Amino acid sequence: MERVREDFPILSKVMRQGASLKYLDSGATSQKPIQVLDAERRFYTESNAAVHRGSHLLAEQASEAFESARQIIASFIGAEVDETIFTKSATEALNAIAYSFGNPGSGRLCLKPGDKVVVSEMEHHANLIPWQQLCKRTGATLAWFPITKDGRLDLSNLDEIVDASTKVVAITHQSNVLGTINPLEAIVERAHAVGAVVVLDACQSVPHMSVDVKQLGVDFLAFSGHKALGPTGIGILWGRAELLDLMEPYLFGGSMIESVTMENATWASAPRKFEAGVPNMAQAVGLAAAVNYMSDLGMDSIHKHELALTEHALNALNEISGLTIIGPNSMESRGGTISFTIEGIHPHDVGQVLDQDGIAVRTGHHCAWPLMRRFGVSGTTRASFYLYNTIAEIDALAEGIKNAQKFFKVN
Amino acid sequence: MELESLYQEVILDHYKNPHHKGLSAESDIQVHHVNPSCGDEITLNLVLRDGGVQSVTWNGVGCSISQASSSIMSELVTGKPVDEAMRVLESFSELMASKGSQSGDEEVLEDAVALAGVSKFPARVKCALLGWMAFKDAVVQVNGREEDAR
Repeated sequence: MERVREDFPILSKVMRQGASLKYLDSGATSQKPIQVLDAERRFYTESNAAVHRGSHLLAEQASEAFESARQIIASFIGAEVDETIFTKSATEALNAIAYSFGNPGSGRLCLKPGDKVVVSEMEHHANLIPWQQLCKRTGATLAWFPITKDGRLDLSNLDEIVDASTKVVAITHQSNVLGTINPLEAIVERAHAVGAVVVLDACQSVPHMSVDVKQLGVDFLAFSGHKALGPTGIGILWGRAELLDLMEPYLFGGSMIESVTMENATWASAPRKFEAGVPNMAQAVGLAAAVNYMSDLGMDSIHKHELALTEHALNALNEISGLTIIGPNSMESRGGTISFTIEGIHPHDVGQVLDQDGIAVRTGHHCAWPLMRRFGVSGTTRASFYLYNTIAEIDALAEGIKNAQKFFKVN
Repeated sequence: MELESLYQEVILDHYKNPHHKGLSAESDIQVHHVNPSCGDEITLNLVLRDGGVQSVTWNGVGCSISQASSSIMSELVTGKPVDEAMRVLESFSELMASKGSQSGDEEVLEDAVALAGVSKFPARVKCALLGWMAFKDAVVQVNGREEDAR
């Protein structure tokens, strides 16, 4: 894994006061290897044209590059090609599902008063608000799994929360704040037993571990390209073919139609149905390059590397007095995202002192405000790791936190 | 070092011992402001008398910059005629927008010039402005009410 750093030009950027960059904010967005940047550039310099239109060679090559990107990404998550839809982001993907579930055109998928949607208290706003607002629109009820004090889903009332009225269970695979990896098996089994679909927010899992939609048994999955070494402006919505067939599209326009008259229109089948307009082609090609990059390294090696970093980080952070880990304080079912608070120092101030040493972390509520309330904090400092991080960077983080404590005279 | 220029001693003092923190029992108006990007919050009580700021009290959670800035603001505007307080506010807003090019007029801004370094850190400007914007909003709302009554 040491060698990968050379592929990421930004990692050698000189930060404030000549400090080297220690990028511990991949949970927000990952850095991009040169292979991804080259793939995007190559698309623009060699095959740029609007896909699925035009009769010229460039249009053909662009369509070929775009569709082959879809194939690479589909196979990366164990999905069928036609079930793999390009969106502009994971946020858009989750909103697309929630929109369809509020549209009477989606038939039996459309929610009605008395139906229930289940989420969890650890959801990112992107997997909470679309469902919350869907419930407001349709008269359905929103329920959620509470979180235990060590940052796990409390599934003790699984059968009561996911009851016969439940139509959707929307849950994160790995918490973007706590690092918790959620036990999907029991949730999927219960959801399917009552006829509900499971929507998985996989933004924090697909970039970091092997994810196979068929093995997981979920019905929908969303992830973003930019957290997975890919470009911004591209996300993936995966759904089971029979569900995508029922769903009404949320964007209308070019390339998503089967036929159009002045009075009416019918839709192409998925994935086209959900890809109105000229798509983000170079970004799709870039994401495929990112996926190839990860596949070449092997998802298991990437995951193992991140677990080693996480274990080292937990040990180092636990030695700092006044530091509280928010989330699982053990290696069991957790990934490389660690949130913490420092007694007497606000996260913003911790982040500021760390920034002085070139250490980039995220501070604040991490788009998971209800989770912050659950833990009674206004925000946390979060370090999140990826394949390019090193043990030395984690040691620098621990040292930086101690410097912050000295600076603010709290220890 | 940049860090010391950002976190001047005056700021750390106000952070440790904030002035006017703790809400008054009575007020002309109470406003609640949030910084949605970080979740910091302030509740501010304002009492105006005879065209002047009689009292500003506040409570909230936030970083050292937002807490110190709210403390300094409340100290600065209390006892001033409202229009003068608004001029101080404008002067402070201008300083915060200066991207490090201004050091602030000490005669107008007093302790608040210690926050000049914040303007070099765009992500922190909102922290410094949280309490000030709450105060501005409170004044506007009270004045608006009086207009309506007329």
